[in-house]
Amino acid sequence: MTRSGPLRPATGTEAAGAPLATRVPLGDLGTEVAGLTSRGARFAGLFAIPDPSGTRLVAVSALPGSLVVMESHVPAGQDSFPALTPMVPAAAWYEREIHDLFGLHPSGHPRLDPLILPLAEQSSRPDPMEAAGPHAGPGERPGEGPYRSNRPAELDSTPLPAHLKGEGVFTIPYGPVRSGVFESIEYLLETAGEVVPHLRSRIHHKHRGIERSFEGMTTADAVLLAERMEGVASVAHAIAFCEAVERISGATIPRNAELLRVVHAELERIANHLDSMIRHTEAAGQAVAFARLSLHKERILRLVARLCGHRFGRGVVQPGGVLGPPRAGSSEVLTALERIEASLRADTDLLMRTPSFLDRLRGTGVLPRDLVAAHGALGPVAKGSGQLDDARLDRPYAAYARLGWEPFRPRDGGDALARQWVRLDEIWGSFHLARQALDEMVEPAPWHVPLPDADGEAIGWAEAPQGEVLYLVKVEQGRVTRVKPRSASFHNLAIFPAAFPKDIFTDFAFIEASFGFSVAGAAG
Amino acid sequence: MPWITRGLSEGVPTSRYPRQPDGYGPTWFGSVAVRSQQDTGREIVTGQVGTGSGRGVVECPTGAISAAGSQITVDRGRCILCARCIGNEPGIFESDPSVEVAVSGREMLVVVDGDSGPALGQEDDARLIQLQASLAKRTRRLHRSIHIRHVDAGSDGSEEWEIAALTNPVYDVQRLGIFFTSSPRHADVLLVTGAGSAGMLEPLKKTFDAMPSPKVVIAAGTDAISGGLLAGNYATSGGIGEALPVDVWVPGSPPSPFSLLHAILLAVGLLPARSAGATDSLDTTRPSRRPNQRRRTGRRAKRAPEGQGQ
Repeated sequence: MTRSGPLRPATGTEAAGAPLATRVPLGDLGTEVAGLTSRGARFAGLFAIPDPSGTRLVAVSALPGSLVVMESHVPAGQDSFPALTPMVPAAAWYEREIHDLFGLHPSGHPRLDPLILPLAEQSSRPDPMEAAGPHAGPGERPGEGPYRSNRPAELDSTPLPAHLKGEGVFTIPYGPVRSGVFESIEYLLETAGEVVPHLRSRIHHKHRGIERSFEGMTTADAVLLAERMEGVASVAHAIAFCEAVERISGATIPRNAELLRVVHAELERIANHLDSMIRHTEAAGQAVAFARLSLHKERILRLVARLCGHRFGRGVVQPGGVLGPPRAGSSEVLTALERIEASLRADTDLLMRTPSFLDRLRGTGVLPRDLVAAHGALGPVAKGSGQLDDARLDRPYAAYARLGWEPFRPRDGGDALARQWVRLDEIWGSFHLARQALDEMVEPAPWHVPLPDADGEAIGWAEAPQGEVLYLVKVEQGRVTRVKPRSASFHNLAIFPAAFPKDIFTDFAFIEASFGFSVAGAAG
Repeated sequence: MPWITRGLSEGVPTSRYPRQPDGYGPTWFGSVAVRSQQDTGREIVTGQVGTGSGRGVVECPTGAISAAGSQITVDRGRCILCARCIGNEPGIFESDPSVEVAVSGREMLVVVDGDSGPALGQEDDARLIQLQASLAKRTRRLHRSIHIRHVDAGSDGSEEWEIAALTNPVYDVQRLGIFFTSSPRHADVLLVTGAGSAGMLEPLKKTFDAMPSPKVVIAAGTDAISGGLLAGNYATSGGIGEALPVDVWVPGSPPSPFSLLHAILLAVGLLPARSAGATDSLDTTRPSRRPNQRRRTGRRAKRAPEGQGQ
């Protein structure tokens, strides 16, 4: 096992399909990854890439300063592999996903419920023995993998999980059509009444098959789709995708483009964190705070639209740079930012001194630090439990390495209140970063460089408001042949149930809002 | 007490739309329009995804642009507003900042050259009148405050933000007697976002069936109208029109809050079915049909207590 730096830039000289990283025998992948995590690495994901001779399993771990990528090969015809989950629990959802989409059975997985595909579709699945069912042909799933050639799993619809037993325990299904304007997700709350010892999240309702739609696109088109993977974090996803593409072609993008990417990414972060806080205030019945924060969020979205013509910053980030200069002058934007920040500070200062609000957050949804560390949680969810992991600092991209940072305050309460403080800290940090980036932009200067044609694979990353986003991208002859986006929402949602044991039904809205995940990003 | 002063600190930020035009729109791309083609005199070839943007070739990631000879049409129901066509061919395409992009017929989203609005000939006029009549038939019994049930059928998440924005102090739809409701049982409008992911089609149909008649369905966003970039993959349908009878279509990726508001007002018959231009219909206020007044006059047994749910 070796460390491969921040993924050797896959230059144009590398052949298509060249391995991303260290090859590890299939049987050793789990122990190798577990060894890394025991030495302080964060498990960042397990992904499948089909190739003609079978399926490649790519395990990504994060160390400060680099990503460690290990790869094993599952030969064609073999439909199972030794599960990583018993040794690396954070791999549980990744293996369920691989099982659903590629039909590979992670043997030894403790609970292989379906995750990504709709239940109805699974129950009517063709018997694998009958080979060519309607979906059995190649090309139906991401990367042309065989469609579920293994034995169908037990359905997720049994009323109780094996490990929650007791008198009077029952399940409350909540969703996917929920009360209010929410993304569709279904929760199964397992309870004996009032307290919620366990819950399960069903994200498959929103699975859109994005990975499959990427295939065959040009990189210019694919970035449009990346923006729609997790619509509220469009900029972060576009940056992560473009970082991967730029790494493949070995290009360096213009300084101004890097700075403009930072401006948009930080405005997006402010809007997302405000959204999370808005949902807190709504749940707590803080009508004025709700109205005020909603107003600030609207102002941020309008400022983004003023900069680029789109309220979510779509179309700005492109492979090779950005579309062009901002449509508003730096001084105008700086003035607007200053006004918003001053007004927002007055509101949040008051909000964080309002007892009826703080009482609902304090001690709610506590995530212990060791659990957060073991799972490798991301973004504000991790920072609220004292686990500082931020791709902008640890593996700087765009212009982050050159910008000044306000030191992070440690927040280790682990509850919804700590996560709220983290978001507030990040909001002020984002204003600070956006201002610096605007100050440093100079005109006239190039905003875009043409990317040389190059085949290869690379991983790109960005710190979305929800946490680190990874894009595993493979390009062949100018076309994207495999894209695996990994949103922080997907990774964090797996430990969502762990925040509940001591909490009651009415805490649900706060805990959910404090996680701040996007279902679209989780379901793919 | 301090919250009272905070709440009043910056005056009233609320838009006067639809009674008065709102000046916000022109900062973004509302929709793509086709400039008049009379003087370019060259043949236009539309390309499939990724054919490159050589001279005379217009590439569109979602295939929203089509051409027959020199006649170019843009299907706004498929356009995701990436604005690439405007960047590549500014002589042919231009941005139309109008926020009033909702229409009452799918075909009306297809625009031709020289017309910034929906494609309408004499034949279309007749069809439009028919559409208006059928829409009015559906909605005229909604003589009271309007309750909207939103269902996400596989959106990217941004549409939910824009819908939620309708309740912020800027748009404040409650001032128009419009409310979001948790229960489909007293909902009048079904506001659907997302392209129709396989896992949401059944819950979507069940929600629709659980609503009382008359009911109006709004397809909100390009994904909901046509599936956008995801159309036709294994997990996503080509828009929710395949599953439900859609009455109002509002394109955008995502549609802005003003566009959503326009769609809602159109759906409940408070605006004429076709807006000839932003200012025309913005000025169209018919006091006798304003929702607040309807609420006073049109109480019905179906009406449920307001302010429940979230």
